[in-house]
Amino acid sequence: MLNIGNKQTRVDGPQKVTGKATYTADIAAPFYHAYVLQSTIACGSITAIDTTAAEAFEGVKAIFTHLNLPERLKNKVDYTDPLAPPGKPFRPFYNNTILYNGQPIALVVAESFEQARYASKLIKVTYEEKKFKGSLAENLKNASADRAPEPAKNRGDFTKAFKNSDYTIIREYRQSRNYHNPMEPHATSVEYNSDGNIVVYDKIQGVASSLKYLKGVFGLGADSVRVKSDFVGGAFGSGLRPQYQLFMATLAALELKHNVQMVMTRAQMFSFGYRPEVIHTMKLGCSKDGTLTALSHKTVGETSTFEDFNETIVDWSGLLYKCDNVNLEYELTPVQSYTPLDMRAPGGVSGVYALECAIDELAHEAGIDPLEFRRKNYVDYDQNENKPFTSKELKACYARCEEVFNWNNRKSLAKTDPHLLLGYGMATGSWEALQQPASVALSMNEMGTFTIKCATADIGTGTYTVMSQIAADKLGVSLDKIKFKLGDTAFPDSPIEGGSWTVSSVGSAVAAICEKFQYRIFDVWKRNNPEYQAVAFEAISFQDAKLKYGSKTFAFTEIMQQASKDELSIAHSEAPADGQDTHSGYAHCCVMVEVTVDKELGIIKVPRLVNVSAAGKIINPKTAENQLLGSMIWGLGMALREEGMVDSRYGRVMNANFAEYHIAVNADIHDIHTEFVEEHDDKVNPLGAKGVGELGIVGLAAAISNAIFDATGKRLRKLPMLLDDVLEV
Amino acid sequence: MKPFQYTRLSTQDLASGTTLRDSTILAGGTNLIDLMKYGVEKPDRLADIGKLPYAQIEESDEGLLLGALVTNADTAYHSAVKKTYPLLHKAILSAASAQLRNRATNGGNLLQRTRCYYFYDTAMPCNKREPGSGCAAINGFNRIHAILGTSASCIATHPSDMCVALAALEAEVHVLRKGATLVIPFDQLHRLPGDHPEKDHNLEPGDLITHIQLPTEGFSDHFEYLKIRDRESYAFALISVAACLKVSEGKIEDIRVALGGVAHKPWKLKKVEKEMIGKVASTDNFQFFAERLIQGAQSFGTNDFKILLVKRAIVRALNSALNPS
Repeated sequence: MLNIGNKQTRVDGPQKVTGKATYTADIAAPFYHAYVLQSTIACGSITAIDTTAAEAFEGVKAIFTHLNLPERLKNKVDYTDPLAPPGKPFRPFYNNTILYNGQPIALVVAESFEQARYASKLIKVTYEEKKFKGSLAENLKNASADRAPEPAKNRGDFTKAFKNSDYTIIREYRQSRNYHNPMEPHATSVEYNSDGNIVVYDKIQGVASSLKYLKGVFGLGADSVRVKSDFVGGAFGSGLRPQYQLFMATLAALELKHNVQMVMTRAQMFSFGYRPEVIHTMKLGCSKDGTLTALSHKTVGETSTFEDFNETIVDWSGLLYKCDNVNLEYELTPVQSYTPLDMRAPGGVSGVYALECAIDELAHEAGIDPLEFRRKNYVDYDQNENKPFTSKELKACYARCEEVFNWNNRKSLAKTDPHLLLGYGMATGSWEALQQPASVALSMNEMGTFTIKCATADIGTGTYTVMSQIAADKLGVSLDKIKFKLGDTAFPDSPIEGGSWTVSSVGSAVAAICEKFQYRIFDVWKRNNPEYQAVAFEAISFQDAKLKYGSKTFAFTEIMQQASKDELSIAHSEAPADGQDTHSGYAHCCVMVEVTVDKELGIIKVPRLVNVSAAGKIINPKTAENQLLGSMIWGLGMALREEGMVDSRYGRVMNANFAEYHIAVNADIHDIHTEFVEEHDDKVNPLGAKGVGELGIVGLAAAISNAIFDATGKRLRKLPMLLDDVLEV
Repeated sequence: MKPFQYTRLSTQDLASGTTLRDSTILAGGTNLIDLMKYGVEKPDRLADIGKLPYAQIEESDEGLLLGALVTNADTAYHSAVKKTYPLLHKAILSAASAQLRNRATNGGNLLQRTRCYYFYDTAMPCNKREPGSGCAAINGFNRIHAILGTSASCIATHPSDMCVALAALEAEVHVLRKGATLVIPFDQLHRLPGDHPEKDHNLEPGDLITHIQLPTEGFSDHFEYLKIRDRESYAFALISVAACLKVSEGKIEDIRVALGGVAHKPWKLKKVEKEMIGKVASTDNFQFFAERLIQGAQSFGTNDFKILLVKRAIVRALNSALNPS
């Protein structure tokens, strides 16, 4: 039975549910524990820092501040990582300047975590405080397009077309700041070996990023440091760049020549990157028949004062619907905070939120059903790049979603509670389908077990499982004969796990190396069996761990007994095929939601969520559905729950905990349904597969916002949408 | 957290009372330990009362006696609570998470501390945590803050759901003080912040809550616990209403309403309840009652919505109590 396309249970599932999966903080070694003291002001400088009492506290081994940072970390040191945006990366303890509230200003290393934490509170810090200059809204005058990358090219004549449109809207949409909060907090465990080399276990979406950072900052040679990350308990972009705990634990380990572990607290998870607050201005026009004639999307986003973090936000508005007159603008505004960070479907979530709300508003102005309006403006080529798509079965998504949701009869559904208003909304979602170069190594042992290695990550998405499925099918062996290993800088290079491109990139490499190994088996078989010299590769097949030729079968293990040691191992690097840039690759989805709004109390609930996606070949419908469900639930959280509350007086996040930063909980989720439509794609990559890690969150907040309008007649135009926003409808 | 001395108290230790006076009492620890990790609470000594004999629920002619060490979960699911005091059952189960309810005790629930964002953050001014340091909530984020009985020094709320139900039921709190049992009407356990927001309640050092006495009347025919919050579970109340009614021929015979999420203590006004006796149990009268109950409400910016919402919530809860579905 083929594994690809099977709802295969995770191969690492038993390890995870029995606690045998070792996450970074689970690494057992005699560690010193590190705890970071954070600044309590957003702007100014440290004038004095007294560590006397902390140093004297039981168990404390060392305290690091800007006063004793080793000189070698200050000069000509490269603090960048592969995904660092333009600007200067944050350098911990570099000097006494405070750049944001919550900045790490001292590191306490002690025998136990609690000793380190309490000792940090004994450090006396004196500041010269300057006034916090406020959040995005207070700094809009500093917004600049110069700091941001140029969006997709404008086309047509927006101004004229907008003026001549039969229906127009001009609307502003705001999104608050969101924090990642993966279940596993960021952590680094550094094993310091007697030879002075270190093994660094890091929470990261690609060990190569940590390695690059460590080499640049600490001047470590390739032989003296190895980075590992076997399991990652969710990351969603928060592990794309090395975070400060990597610096801290490594600094302490190297200076103290001892194993050091640093695990962030939940509160500290609010002290680095986040999905930035953005303000969108949308201007849309259409003709009487609903043809989209003019579209302008301008977004201003926040970044830090030291890096220009950017996302692809407005380009989505040039991509999703047919429109000849498009104007796209993107600006950044620095605020006194840490640099934002990619979060699940970065940019897409934000851009499509504004676009899909605006499309809904325009459809309503024109008196056209929102689904019909979207169909009317369907586009089958990438207008930003002027290229065809590798595939786009969005029409099939619309049709199937319409059917499953019963969209056309939605208004006839009976209300059961006189207090409740019912509403229905929809949106389109999309995400890039990209392939990156990836390398893999494969070896076979005498038992016929295949080990495949790649420095990629499994951030909970199912990499272990999916790669094993691909390899099992390609090699013609059962799943238990595949050992897929990842998360180690000793393994062949991989792109970072992000952008929903791991199946596409690493999966394609795995498929290719397995095919390569088939030829290896074939060659050895012929060599040992001269009578088959003339047999063509096409005449044989690989099944049940056997080479089959006609009615004869030959076990891999027997064939390969004759192979040389070298022949049992193989390496391969896979890159996107030449000519792939002639097409644009995107996955698409349609999402429909039902909401209820309590007329008097404002309580918003989402009884039903339906997503139908087109994402090429689905390698594992189970892990793919998991990805869709998780991202949809997060979309609901983004729409109705999550808000990083930054106090405009202090620049401090006031809800840095799970009690007050509200992620969606089980009770918030009711009926939720996902499906995939058939989508054949022979261009996107050799597997024909598109990633689905991000797709489900794109468009969801807009669909909920549109449904709330349907229920209440009120456009909220902000996220999150809270009960008091609809209280006076 | 700050190092501390830990003592597990036995019944013999109780007699002297000294340990209790000098210690912070540890029961379930679901709130205290959290606050110790944050550095908000920094006790030198913890007295663990977990082995004291207050872990029973006893039925008598006077009602139901809840041991202070019975967990919230065991209380909520106790057959007598479910049957006679469904309001309490519902209120407890609306709170926290299953894990927390399995661990949290009744006594501890009464003495849990506010969830004010600024109280929890030791870098911020807070008169409750650090008397005299100021209140950052008044001009800051105050979505979860009070609109009634506030003072210039504090607008924090008491976060418990259970207490709102206990206030409505007019329970009594049994306190061991200097070897004798003191009975405190529920209304008098907690206090308004005034100039001393550091004091949540009227207990003295050395006092130990041993039991909560529920009166015989549980209003099981006409009750509602309505909790309005920012997510469907695992969130503190923006507003909660515990409503009890006794109705005869369409007229109010008895009415009890306590509000959560609006004050430093469960908000209940006996005087206003008395005015309603004999009136028709109608939406109009419930609206009138709501206006009277929250008279003088004052909001602080991000909690402005609460004044409108609490009135609507009171009316909704009373109507639900009147017409149980």
